Amino acid sequence: MGSTSSTLSKIPNADELIQETGFTSAHLARLFERFEALDKDKKGYLSPQDFEAIKELALNPICDRIIGAFFSSGQEMLDFSSFVRILAHFRPIDNNRTKEPNSPDPINSRINKLKFAFQLYDQDKDGKISRNELLQVLRAMLEKQVTEEQLESIADRTIQEADLDRDDAISFEEFRKSLEKVNIDHKMSIRFLR
Amino acid sequence: MEGSYWDLVLLVMEVWLFVVLGLIVLPAMFGVSLGFTDLYIKVLVKTLEWATRRIQRGQKEQDTLPAHLPNGIIERNDDSMEEQIVELRRSHPKFHSVGDFTLCDAFYFCKKGIESIVDDEVTQRFTSEELVSWNLLTRTNINFHYISVRVTIIWGLGLFIRYCILLPLRVTLAAIGLSWLVIGTTLVGLLPNSNVKNWLSDVIHMTCYRICARGLSARIRYHSKENRPKKGGICVANHTSPIDIVILANDGCYAMVGQIHGGLMGVIQRSMVRSCPHVWFERSEMKDRHAVAKRLKDHIADKSKQPILIFPEGTCINNTSVMMFKKGSFEIGGTIYPVAIKYDPQFGDAFWNSGKYNMVSYLLRMMTSWAIVCNVWYLPPMSIQDGEDAVHFANRVKSAIALQGGLMDLSWDGGLKREKVKQSFKEEQQKMYSSMIVGQD
Repeated sequence: MGSTSSTLSKIPNADELIQETGFTSAHLARLFERFEALDKDKKGYLSPQDFEAIKELALNPICDRIIGAFFSSGQEMLDFSSFVRILAHFRPIDNNRTKEPNSPDPINSRINKLKFAFQLYDQDKDGKISRNELLQVLRAMLEKQVTEEQLESIADRTIQEADLDRDDAISFEEFRKSLEKVNIDHKMSIRFLR
Repeated sequence: MEGSYWDLVLLVMEVWLFVVLGLIVLPAMFGVSLGFTDLYIKVLVKTLEWATRRIQRGQKEQDTLPAHLPNGIIERNDDSMEEQIVELRRSHPKFHSVGDFTLCDAFYFCKKGIESIVDDEVTQRFTSEELVSWNLLTRTNINFHYISVRVTIIWGLGLFIRYCILLPLRVTLAAIGLSWLVIGTTLVGLLPNSNVKNWLSDVIHMTCYRICARGLSARIRYHSKENRPKKGGICVANHTSPIDIVILANDGCYAMVGQIHGGLMGVIQRSMVRSCPHVWFERSEMKDRHAVAKRLKDHIADKSKQPILIFPEGTCINNTSVMMFKKGSFEIGGTIYPVAIKYDPQFGDAFWNSGKYNMVSYLLRMMTSWAIVCNVWYLPPMSIQDGEDAVHFANRVKSAIALQGGLMDLSWDGGLKREKVKQSFKEEQQKMYSSMIVGQD
């Protein structure tokens, strides 16, 4: 068990992070322990190799994209605050949080979760998922199991269904619309047991 | 004055040695227990229970502690990939259950990926098991949190007892045990081959291991002794630490298998093999799987030789789960005698984290724990069935051991501690997903 308060004291701006991300102090301490466990060489930050060393992640077809989401600005060092901010996207939505009119959306709002998923597709960050980008994701998820023609026809069909303004790409709005009824909170949230 | 000071020191040493020899070594030779360890364990259990109650009272956050820690810290959905993706797509306007791709499919992989970043099944097997409540050892407490004066006093007392009384005693015993092994086996090795020689060799080995077990304050319970491994068989067990050998050899004589080391280990290995046949390999020989298999086959074909002891996981795991058994030991033939070993972490963590501690610091940690308490279950012998391949057989044995020991049965390879995941695992995931998209081929 250990004491949460001692772990918290090791985190530089714990209170700020708790405020910003909405994690409880116990969960933040847990994530810090995990951060330290992943940082095997005790560098104080995480590199893409540390993520690739996680076995379950390495067999995920889109593991490169997920790792890329953490190192989005091209830097090779991930500090704890950034680690936690990204993971905050997957906190379950709190329904009873009163929303001040002008405050920004919390990190784990439905919109932000969708934006995170959108990013996985939209690698060049131009706000649209082009046909090519969709093909790339499909290739990653299916690789040698299907032919190139099958991949292309799947991509075409998907764009046809979602692309409302006929620009042969899926914008964030179209993405959001097509996933309107999906229970994002359930599917893109991770719950701590303790 | 000087003279009498040294006389005093000598006297103390003599008394000490007499106590050690008389009360510990001699009974060990005859397999007799004077009951000290049992008494010690009883006192220890009472003390730890008391300490736990005090700590729980003192804790401000009234978290209800679970009876045992769940495996992992986040909720996981264990449905198959197909079930989860169909669930995802259910709310999509154009619902296709198979034969199509939907944008939300990526959510499944994304969530799985993030889950494994927060907590994955494999990494947690290579760190020590977490305890539900503190057992008064500094090493299991992340930071000593002042609870109450009494707990602190007991902790301090425990520290003194462990380091100043138990540690020298245990080190003495270990030294006696090992030198006895080396000297004894060398002497026996000089005798001509005969039944007497075998009997003497067994006695010497057992005595040494018994002394070493006392040197760790080990209390071992053996269950189902009728299934004990017999000559000409292969004994397989789950691996947690090098101490497993001492634990098992306290109740029977085995032929060890392993690599020849240099240094002290090498000396011990070479003298052991003089009195009874063990199977030691040079490093270069280990690479040649056929040569290894042949030597093992020859050994078990000779029904007068002791059963071989093998740890098929190939590496130390933290005793909460059993990982993939390498099929090599299951291809040799012969009867397999599975054994499950489960340590009680309350008294001392037996797991050897070879990345973190070298052998010497590991042994020191063992000798400054409270005690080693473990259960050994001998399972009924198993043999390979007609039409079964070695991998399937290995998994069958692994499940039996996991079930008996109350450990999780994982199919991950323990070698993943050091290596990367094989590309074929990733392809399996892709295959599963593609069969949903384009249908089975």
